[in-house]
Amino acid sequence: MTGLEMAATAGIWTLEILAIAVTVALSVAYITYAERRVIGWIQVRKGCNRVGPAGLLQPLADGLKLVLKETIIPTTANKFLFIAAPIMSLTPALVAFAVVPFGETSLFGIWDGPHVMAIANLNVGLLYIMAISSLSIYGILMAGWSSNSKYPFIGAIRSTCQMISYEISMGFGLVTVMMLAGSLNLADIVHAQAGGIQHWYMIPLFPMLLVYFISGCAETARTPFDLVETEELVSGYYTEYSGMWFATFSLAEYGAMILISLMTSILFLGGWYAPIPALDFIPGTFWLLGKTAFLIFVFIWFRATFPRYRYDQMMRLGWKVFLPWALAWIAVVGIFIYTPGLDSIINFWMPWR
Amino acid sequence: MIKRAFKTWFLWELLVGLSLTGRYLFKKKITVEYPEEKTPLSPRFRGLHALRRYESGEERCIACKLCEVVCPALAIVIESEERDDGSRRTTRYDIDFTKCIYCGLCQEACPVDAIVETQEFEYATETREALYYTKDMLLANGDRYEKQIAANLAADARYS
Repeated sequence: MTGLEMAATAGIWTLEILAIAVTVALSVAYITYAERRVIGWIQVRKGCNRVGPAGLLQPLADGLKLVLKETIIPTTANKFLFIAAPIMSLTPALVAFAVVPFGETSLFGIWDGPHVMAIANLNVGLLYIMAISSLSIYGILMAGWSSNSKYPFIGAIRSTCQMISYEISMGFGLVTVMMLAGSLNLADIVHAQAGGIQHWYMIPLFPMLLVYFISGCAETARTPFDLVETEELVSGYYTEYSGMWFATFSLAEYGAMILISLMTSILFLGGWYAPIPALDFIPGTFWLLGKTAFLIFVFIWFRATFPRYRYDQMMRLGWKVFLPWALAWIAVVGIFIYTPGLDSIINFWMPWR
Repeated sequence: MIKRAFKTWFLWELLVGLSLTGRYLFKKKITVEYPEEKTPLSPRFRGLHALRRYESGEERCIACKLCEVVCPALAIVIESEERDDGSRRTTRYDIDFTKCIYCGLCQEACPVDAIVETQEFEYATETREALYYTKDMLLANGDRYEKQIAANLAADARYS
C-alpha cells in the first residue's frame, strides 16, 4: 500500500466517523426536542414552540446555553476523575456505532455488489456492542465516586446495579438471536431476516423483543427505570456536574437510547428490509431509520405514561422475570432446532441451514 | 386465574396505559400562548390599583383613610389637608406595590369607590422605585382604565 492510498483510506475513515458522530450528536439534540414536544402533546400542552419556526431552534439554544455556562468543579472532588468521567461515558456510546450497519448500497450501481454501510463490518459485531455498551458503567461509577458527595455516590451505585442486572437478561435475549441467525455479524443477522415481515425475528422471538427493549429502557436509565436520577437523589450521579460536562452525560444517555433503538430494529425488526418485499424500492436506510425513529418515539411514549419503579421491584423484574424468561426461551429455541420434526418449523427463520 | 396470567404476561395494563396516553397525544391542546393570547379575567380580578374621579373631573377620594387603616400590608400612606373650598382632600396618596398583597380590602373599605383594583397586571418594572405609585400615577391609572373599571363595577353590582 503506497502512502497516497493510506492517506486516502485514513481520509475516508475520518469522513465516515465524522458522518456518524455528527449525525448522532445532532439526532440527540433533536430527540430532546421531540421528547419535549411529544410529552407536551400527551399532557395536552403544545410543548416548546417559541425559538425559531415551531421551536426547531430550541435544541441549538439549549446547547449554546450549556456550552456558555460555567463549569463548576467541587473543591472536594477528584479533579482528574471528575473530568474523565463524562468522557468515559460518552466514548463508549459513540464508539458502539462503529459496527452498526445502516443499510446496503451499491452506490447507484458504481460498485458491482451491495456493500454494507458500516464503519467496520465486524464478525463479532453483536459481542462488540455488548462489550462496549457495558463500558459506559465506568463513566457513571467514576462520576459518582469522584464527586465526593453522598447523593451522586448512591445514584452511581444504583445505576451500576441496574445496568449490570439488566445486561444479563439483555445478553441472554441476544443469544436467541444468535441461535437463529447463526452469526454474530450484524449484517448477517439482518440478511437472515430477509423476505418480509413474517421472516423478522420479532415473530419467533417476541418475548425476547420485549425483554430486550425493556432491558434497554433500564440500561439507558429511562422512565420507568430512571430511579437512578430521582428527586430523592437530587438527580443521581451527575448532581455535581454543570455546563458542558453535564451536557456530555445527557449526550451519552441519549446516544445509548439511539443505539438500543437501532439494535432492536436490526436484531428483531428486520433491519433495513421493508415489511413487504414489494416496498424494497425505498432505500433500506430509510426503513432502518424509520424503525429506529419509531422505537425512540416508544421510549418517549413510555416516559410520558409509566410511573417510576421502586428499587426492589426493578431488581425483581430483572432477576426473577426477565432472566428466567430469557433462559426459558433459549431452551425453547434450542429444542425446536434439535428436535426432528420441530426443526422444520424453526427452519423457516433459519434460511442459512 | 388464566385471565390474570394472560393480563400479566401480555403486559395488558401497560398497553391500556399506553393507549390512553396515545389518545391524549391527538387531543386538542389547551395551551394559551400568553403574550398573544390571554385568558378571560373575572370582573373581580385584583390587579393594579387606580384612583377614580367623578364625571365632573373631581377626584372621589375624601381622605377618610379607611383604606390606610385596613391595609394589612401597610402599603398605603395618606396625608390630607383642607382645600381652599373647605373640602377635605389628600395631599399625598402613595401605594408601595412591593408591599401590597392585592387583597382588595382597600377597595372594600372605600365608601366612595375611589380606590379600586383594575384588571391590569402587566406593570412589571426593572427597579423597586418604579413600583412606588404616587397619587398622580394612581389618578392617571384611574383615567386610563375608567371604562374598564366602570364596566366591571356594573357587572359585579348585583352581587354586592
